[in-house]
Amino acid sequence: MAKEIHLTIDGQQITAEEGRNLVDVAKENNIFIPSLCYFSHIDPPLGTCRTCTCKVNGKYQPACTEKVKEGMEVEVNTSELVDMRKALVEMMFSEGNHFCPACEKSGQCDLQHMGYELGVSVSRFPHLFKDRVIDYHPSRMIMEHNRCIKCKRCVEEVHTDDGKKVFTYQNRGNETFVGIDYDEEARLTEDQAIAAMELCPTGAIIVRGVSRPQPFGSREFDLHSVKQEVVKPLRKHYKPGHLEKKVVATVSLAGCFGCHMSMLDIDTELLDLTEFITFNKSPLTDIKKFTTRCHIGLIEGSCCNAENVETLRAFRENCDLLVAVGECAVWGGLPAMRNTIPIGECLEEAYLNSFTQVPGEYTVPYHEDLPKLLDKVYPCNEIVKIDYFIPGCPPSATHIWKAVKNLLWDEDFSILYSEFKYD
Amino acid sequence: MYEAPALFSVEPGKSGMLNRLWHCQMEKGYISDADIQSISDEWQLSKVATEGVVSFYHFFHRQPAGKFTIYLNNSITSCFKGYSRVLEALEQETGASVGSVDRTGTFGLFTTPCIGLNDQEPAALINFYPFIHLNALKVRKIIEALKAGAQPEDICDVIPENIRYLPPASRTVFFRPFEMGATLRRLEGATPEDIIQWMQKAELAGRGGAFFPTWRKWDTCRKYNSDVKFIICNADEGEPGTFKDRVLLQTQAPSLIEGMMMAGYAVGASYGVIYLRGEYRWLEHSLQEWIDAYRAKGYLGQAIDFLGGFTFDIRIQMGAGAYVCGEETALLESMEGNRGEPRTKWFFPVEKGYLLRPTVVNNVETFCAAARIVEMGVDAWLQRGIPGSPGTKLISVSGDVEKPGIYEIEWGMTIHELLERAGAENTRFIQFSGPSGETLSMDDKYQRISMLRFTGMDIRCGGSFMAFSHDREIVDILLNFADFFTHESCGICTPCRAGNFIVQRQLKRVQRGVALTSDLDALRDWGAIMQKSSRCGLGKTAPNAVITSMTKFRQYFDGLLDPDKSGMVRKFDMEEAVEAYEKYKY
Repeated sequence: MAKEIHLTIDGQQITAEEGRNLVDVAKENNIFIPSLCYFSHIDPPLGTCRTCTCKVNGKYQPACTEKVKEGMEVEVNTSELVDMRKALVEMMFSEGNHFCPACEKSGQCDLQHMGYELGVSVSRFPHLFKDRVIDYHPSRMIMEHNRCIKCKRCVEEVHTDDGKKVFTYQNRGNETFVGIDYDEEARLTEDQAIAAMELCPTGAIIVRGVSRPQPFGSREFDLHSVKQEVVKPLRKHYKPGHLEKKVVATVSLAGCFGCHMSMLDIDTELLDLTEFITFNKSPLTDIKKFTTRCHIGLIEGSCCNAENVETLRAFRENCDLLVAVGECAVWGGLPAMRNTIPIGECLEEAYLNSFTQVPGEYTVPYHEDLPKLLDKVYPCNEIVKIDYFIPGCPPSATHIWKAVKNLLWDEDFSILYSEFKYD
Repeated sequence: MYEAPALFSVEPGKSGMLNRLWHCQMEKGYISDADIQSISDEWQLSKVATEGVVSFYHFFHRQPAGKFTIYLNNSITSCFKGYSRVLEALEQETGASVGSVDRTGTFGLFTTPCIGLNDQEPAALINFYPFIHLNALKVRKIIEALKAGAQPEDICDVIPENIRYLPPASRTVFFRPFEMGATLRRLEGATPEDIIQWMQKAELAGRGGAFFPTWRKWDTCRKYNSDVKFIICNADEGEPGTFKDRVLLQTQAPSLIEGMMMAGYAVGASYGVIYLRGEYRWLEHSLQEWIDAYRAKGYLGQAIDFLGGFTFDIRIQMGAGAYVCGEETALLESMEGNRGEPRTKWFFPVEKGYLLRPTVVNNVETFCAAARIVEMGVDAWLQRGIPGSPGTKLISVSGDVEKPGIYEIEWGMTIHELLERAGAENTRFIQFSGPSGETLSMDDKYQRISMLRFTGMDIRCGGSFMAFSHDREIVDILLNFADFFTHESCGICTPCRAGNFIVQRQLKRVQRGVALTSDLDALRDWGAIMQKSSRCGLGKTAPNAVITSMTKFRQYFDGLLDPDKSGMVRKFDMEEAVEAYEKYKY
């Protein structure tokens, strides 16, 4: 039995065995330190993602590489540290190409989970959209490098029976990726391969033919928080003007109208809505041009062509508040999948080299009536200032409705953990 | 192929990884699939693990890199002195475009960060032999000569030492003559404790830039019990704009060797390794000759009489192009034949370093200074410099100055005096201690260069001093640094790998004039996050230049911003955005 020591975490006196890992000790005492790369079996800990950065005896340190000692003083939930950890998670979202709605790991992904727990609705960093390959060469696995956060778990943990590494980092700097050894991978047993897939905090390691039994929406991280049920409420901001009838405009740019469909899902509340709200420019009213100034503009979709940019600018000009609704509007979403590839290649693949191409008709559509395609898909906040972000694909009706009510009438606002989603 | 001295049989075979890869690279010009296979088989590694090591170092190639492999330096000084014209000339003359090999397989053309010749830019390495002061004409001559059958080693430039300034009245510490054994003779009868005491009295501190007290490092290492300990000389001087160690290696190898021996004796380590950066491969030969001369004299490789029969030997380990390997734990990983990823700070190297044995890692200049302190006597050393910061410091001066080169200054010289001596004119921007150091404006010119801290008027210097004039765009300088860090991050921790990439993108926005005040503030906040959460010194210091220059040159940055301060509608270059699509107009 190791020696008992005393430490304080955020002022709370804690007794623990000397030398144990700080993340574990905190967790046992109901103090949640977000962590991603940390995996209790890996010793020494990896310390790669830095999400668990805390202040230990006044110095910034990742909690996962700290062993508890007598008299240790740890700060976890100061506003600075909370924001720093959130930033690190946002950094991972910006660096990779994380398309949650199109990911089989959605709902069981540690990165997504951290985003939910920390209330990341938009990344403060520009998305980098670096071109990354999906490696289909391994016989049993698929390496989805877009989703890899380089946590190093698989590098340290996955070995063949004779002790050879299956995964290793390749290159360095922003070119770093986790390489997989095709020969060694083929020698893993099915169980070992599945264990590797489970070990991966995101959906970067996929074993062919293995599906996940739980349906989307009721998976491990979909319903319950390990921390708290309520995501940080929006701050109140709008001058109350109770029950004044508000004017709302909506639009779908490069989106699928799914967010508009979701808006209709508020069911009976639609009746309230018509009493308090009139729609101006919106597909719901088919008003094409703004006829009056609006209190709020709900933007679905990102900007993929010149017309989107013009429309968005018109919204900014005519609306007091702009809300980005859904993943596409927030950061680009599924349309931004093309951002890693030059537009020329996309067009040629779609119009010149496709299987369905009619022989002899080798043209890319171009006409003065057609809006011009942009080189990449731009999230709304790179074009105009966006006041609020509602993530989700689509966001749930209750999320949208609660946010809008808060923005318009300053109503109390809190979103349940289960309503805050990226998929 | 290089054979390690017999004494080094304590090292496992895998420590020979880098040497093995170098051998393949130099022999064939690349590392083939068969090489990967045989290396993997030899050390029971999976192929991907070997590939991981190879791909970490930018001097290793998996594709033929040409009979003549050219590395042109792309550091900021080089860029300001004609890099792009030289690159154009190289492309034209060799027929290779940058990053590739020409059709005949003769020339491979690559760029590389600072090669330690920042005082003689633009500079390049051809088959690792140095060529300096390049211009289009000189490039043409070199390539013609190579095509005519000349070998790079025969036509490469002799690198001048460029020692521009020494303290007056023979007060130089580093550049006085040094006779073989000068330090060793003084050690006769001294105990390890004596040596550590001298170092303490001399207040010698790590000259790589961290200024950790040398005596404390040695003393801690001495106290760990182990039959095997290591002394490692960090000659991986990668900080752009630094070349002081190069000059020491060129001219002061004996004092380096004796400094290492002394350290070995002090901590009880019998094994010394000089980790020499790949860019200095052309210095390996002369350094090896010095080591051999010491062996021949009976000072190395066997019981040394001066040190009471103590045994010590030195070998050289070549690095292979990775800035991060200057971080001591990354350097240790690299020596063990791994990717140069810094370790977590579970242990310090003095406890568990190379091969998890107690290890002292010091910079070239630290060892040279240690040897000189004993050779000249602690009292003489203490007479140089200023109280609290004794001795002299080597500074590599480059950029927009009349006399770039090495300046040995006594601690306490002001920046103003250094600028005057270097003949800097119209200076606006000073990058102090390299891209990871501090940015200074002319408001700071009366700061003293010393080891004193917290006085408000002193500033510590790792060894690099780059001055840039008003003609240079600050944002170009910062972008060059950002490119460097984006490329050189080891890639293991998020804030450094992703953070540097993000900073680079954001600086491009600033350069394009689409940034807002809020973007600059954000950049500063993001830099602070990198400083606080990165794993090693690289990520912790990478944003320094961006952060400090935004504070010191606020007006300059304000001039770059989008004039529409409200930020409601952001600047957007529609023409640029639809340019690619317009090509399909018919």
